[in-house]
Amino acid sequence: MTASESNPPVKLPNEPWITPAIVAEHGLSPEEYQRVLAIMGRDPTMVELGIFSAMWSEHCSYKSSKVWLKKLPTTAPWVICGPGENAGVIDIGDGQAAIFKMESHNHPSFIEPYQGAATGVGGIMRDVFTMGARPIANVNALRFGDPAHPKTRHLVEGVVAGIAGYGNCMGVPTVAGETNFHRAYNGNILVNAMTVGVVPADRIFYSAAAGLGNAVVYVGSKTGRDGIHGATMSSTEFNEDSESKRPTVQVGDPFVEKLVLEACLELMATDAIVAIQDMGAAGLTSSSFEMADKGELGVEIELDKVPMREPGMNPYELMLSESQERMLMVLKPGREEMARKVFEKWELDFAIIGRLTDTRRMVLRWHGDVVASIPIPPVVTQAPVYERPWRETPLPAPLAADAVPPPADYRTALLKMTGSPDLSSKEWIWRQYDHLIMGNTAIRPGGDAAVIRVPDGGGKALAITSDCTPRYCAAHPETGGRQAVAEAWRNLTATGALPLACTDNMNFGNPQKPEVMGQFAGCIVGMAAACAALDFPIVSGNVSLYNETEGRAILPTPVIGGVGLRPDVNGCVDIGLREAGLTLLLVGDTAGHLGQSIFLRDIHGREEGPPPPVDLAVERRAGDFVRGQIRAGRIAACHDLSDGGLLVALAEMAMSGGVGGSIAIPADTGCAAHAFLFGEDQARYLLATNAPEAVTAAARSAGVPVRPLGQSGGDTLTVEGLLTISVADLRRTHAAWMPNYMAGKA
Amino acid sequence: MKSAVVVFPGTNRENDIARALELSSGHKPAMVWHGDSNLPKVDLIVVPGGFSYGDYLRCGAMAAHSPIMREVKARAEAGTPVLAVCNGFQIVAELGLVPGTLMRNAHLKFVCADVHLRVETGQSLFTSGYRAGQVIKVPVAHAEGNYFTDDDTLKRIEDGGQIAFRYSDADGDVSRGNPNGSRAAIAGVFNETKTVLGMMPHPENAIEARFGGTDGKGLFDGLVAALG
Amino acid sequence: MKARVHVTLKNGVLDPQGKAIGDALHRLGFPEVEEVRQGKFIELDLTDGDPATAKARLDEMCRKLLANTVIENYRVELLG
Repeated sequence: MTASESNPPVKLPNEPWITPAIVAEHGLSPEEYQRVLAIMGRDPTMVELGIFSAMWSEHCSYKSSKVWLKKLPTTAPWVICGPGENAGVIDIGDGQAAIFKMESHNHPSFIEPYQGAATGVGGIMRDVFTMGARPIANVNALRFGDPAHPKTRHLVEGVVAGIAGYGNCMGVPTVAGETNFHRAYNGNILVNAMTVGVVPADRIFYSAAAGLGNAVVYVGSKTGRDGIHGATMSSTEFNEDSESKRPTVQVGDPFVEKLVLEACLELMATDAIVAIQDMGAAGLTSSSFEMADKGELGVEIELDKVPMREPGMNPYELMLSESQERMLMVLKPGREEMARKVFEKWELDFAIIGRLTDTRRMVLRWHGDVVASIPIPPVVTQAPVYERPWRETPLPAPLAADAVPPPADYRTALLKMTGSPDLSSKEWIWRQYDHLIMGNTAIRPGGDAAVIRVPDGGGKALAITSDCTPRYCAAHPETGGRQAVAEAWRNLTATGALPLACTDNMNFGNPQKPEVMGQFAGCIVGMAAACAALDFPIVSGNVSLYNETEGRAILPTPVIGGVGLRPDVNGCVDIGLREAGLTLLLVGDTAGHLGQSIFLRDIHGREEGPPPPVDLAVERRAGDFVRGQIRAGRIAACHDLSDGGLLVALAEMAMSGGVGGSIAIPADTGCAAHAFLFGEDQARYLLATNAPEAVTAAARSAGVPVRPLGQSGGDTLTVEGLLTISVADLRRTHAAWMPNYMAGKA
Repeated sequence: MKSAVVVFPGTNRENDIARALELSSGHKPAMVWHGDSNLPKVDLIVVPGGFSYGDYLRCGAMAAHSPIMREVKARAEAGTPVLAVCNGFQIVAELGLVPGTLMRNAHLKFVCADVHLRVETGQSLFTSGYRAGQVIKVPVAHAEGNYFTDDDTLKRIEDGGQIAFRYSDADGDVSRGNPNGSRAAIAGVFNETKTVLGMMPHPENAIEARFGGTDGKGLFDGLVAALG
Repeated sequence: MKARVHVTLKNGVLDPQGKAIGDALHRLGFPEVEEVRQGKFIELDLTDGDPATAKARLDEMCRKLLANTVIENYRVELLG
């Protein structure tokens, strides 16, 4: 039970009375404010109101999404820690664990692309090393508006530079990602950053505080007025100096974060730390609340001890600041001085700002006076949870077989697709990311998934990818949700890795609109089914709602970041065709599904029809078969079939490895040639092998359809009777769009 | 060969180069924190890559003026070989241990990519594992690697055989393949006695077949052969 | 006509470079340095014309390109 309030807070000088307008500015509804009053038993102070506002924000409380997120599978024998901590943790064998999560920084990146993206990358790395893991790979999933929109180029430039600036300085390779363009993101770009780290499985750190009387310690950068939301405006009455009080954009300092990383890992090698939590969104408020709540304790903080960057800061600002590169720790008694020495060696601030108590209250003091006193459990247990009304998106009617004509010219169509904004090479982007540092990058950006050797891992490797097809999710959310998970699983499988778990970054519009909530619900239902069928649980994630401008929402974009394990890094394969004489085998059934395909959109200018259906049992069977063949050493190259279908996949394999190939469309496909070549049917792979008989025999016994299509070789790509194109021409067009566009020439 | 790797706040490729040194020499190098007073007696001092002091103000400037670099300079002048890579190159250039300076890349962006280097001389501690004219493939990863020096110095270092590597294409043509606008395609330079090498590319990230090839290994193997 | 534009980070915005420079100066034996803020200095040569118009145009240049007004302030000096 919560102890009664023995020491009610004082009012600060010039502190305003709480009015309905101030409550509204804090994003709390009148009903939510009634809950605040019931919990507090009195009017809150401004600091307390600010704390409720932060804790009950969509970002911290997941109030609109919680009921749906519960439907996702989050466990498996290899899952060490699922959602609820800073990041998810899985067992990768040999006494090691992988820790990973993806998180959005969408709105800040739209306002100030460089700093928004940079601090997004910094925040997600902090989530991972807070748990004790050294980050070994970064991934970024980016969505921008129409390339022709006046803001798009500037946003791409800034976001990419920001990701590069932060990740490169941290010394963590950025190895995978995806970039799409669509007008639905004109007013709301998406910047989703993922970090994967590795840690000895017995050295994982959690956030639950423990030990009555233990010191609560603040380390890292000083606190400034960064990122205090619009709500701050109502706090300007605290003092007259209003110009310097304007809410400011968070600026990242990767140099300091690198020092925080090294200092934390150095201290984590000792036994000093009881609990640790990074200060991310809602800064000191959510970090201290979470630590105390999980530890079923109280906490008393002397806010005047917090290292401050600017004079004249007040308790409200200190509690809500989102200054970057800060951590909160609980230390064992007697370890304070040793810890202080570590942080001072790294030239970082270190301050004991409070103690753990048994009151289960958060008590904040300011020069001795109590300025806030909040019972912790009810803020968590009585946080608002909404079952928002939702409306299902109906499955569009299938396109008639003759509704999509063939292209006027196959060669032109292929060049247009592989040279389009979505499918063209993103080397312009990943050349700016240090993707080689640490010396463990076995498969570099540009393929299905990156493969990174695990340090001190006996030669094993992690495959890492991020995937989502928003146009499928918009057409039919449930199918889109299934497909996003299935594609991530497939991309990992295509390297020979066993997919283990994933993280989700749910980017949607306004959840108070039933159709948007219906998209969310549908995607979750689809994801849940796929995660269950593929043994691919969600172990961490992030929800970003209200991505809309002037009433227009983004495409529903549930991005899946997947991690897989490969016991021997040397056995991994990538997509490149590097030798002649290999047999090209198509795995999986092709019905020629053109609804919502890239072909339909980019060649015919139509975004229509249902997305391709995802049969999870078929998906599983095909993937398990392909992985087995890679592990048996029979596969020279492997590519999963997705955007653009078979012909685009084959072109990508040729461009990647520099060797061409020739295929013929079998007579008995049951669909038109263009549907066979460009259809986006799921659960398919293209393999290059020098053991076609063995692979085909294995497929037969596994019940997986396999068709030989042709052979690798030469410097051209040929589809018998339809097109011949040089690999050099393909490469030139594929490489051209992005640099030309960024130079203002496209 | 005993070696020491100097580590500054913000250094981040120290482990990459330590592994390369260990792989070639069989010995782990000493990792020396910039604040430590004692730089051990070693056969080779390494100033590795990264973002020392965040690369704020000017790349390498703040590290160059740190006490440990005064000691490195004194040792270098007394003949101890120094290998300075990427940010290390920026630091020793700022310190005047090698000629020239590194400016912002001509295209203004960070670049991480494999490049080809033409080895300009095999006659040095650092390049004895290669022959002159040999083309090797190693990665670069930097935003400020655009080598600049004035006409007189350029002539002097060309005449003095102080150029170690130039950017080139796969066939050794140095008019192509320059990733950052470096003057005379210079990727690495020696001091006058060829006991200090500053270079932008990362040979330490090209030492294993599965991870970018083994063309960088020759540099470390050559050092071990020369220094024991 | 010459113009000078000074671009600095707004008050309250973290200045990582300024902080690192200040720390380095301390290490080099300049303890009197209290705070360092760094910025950009841009010099422009303009065709001669009405100073008031030039000032307005410079203001527009700053807002459109030279300064990132989300995090930076600017100051324009017009030198005859």
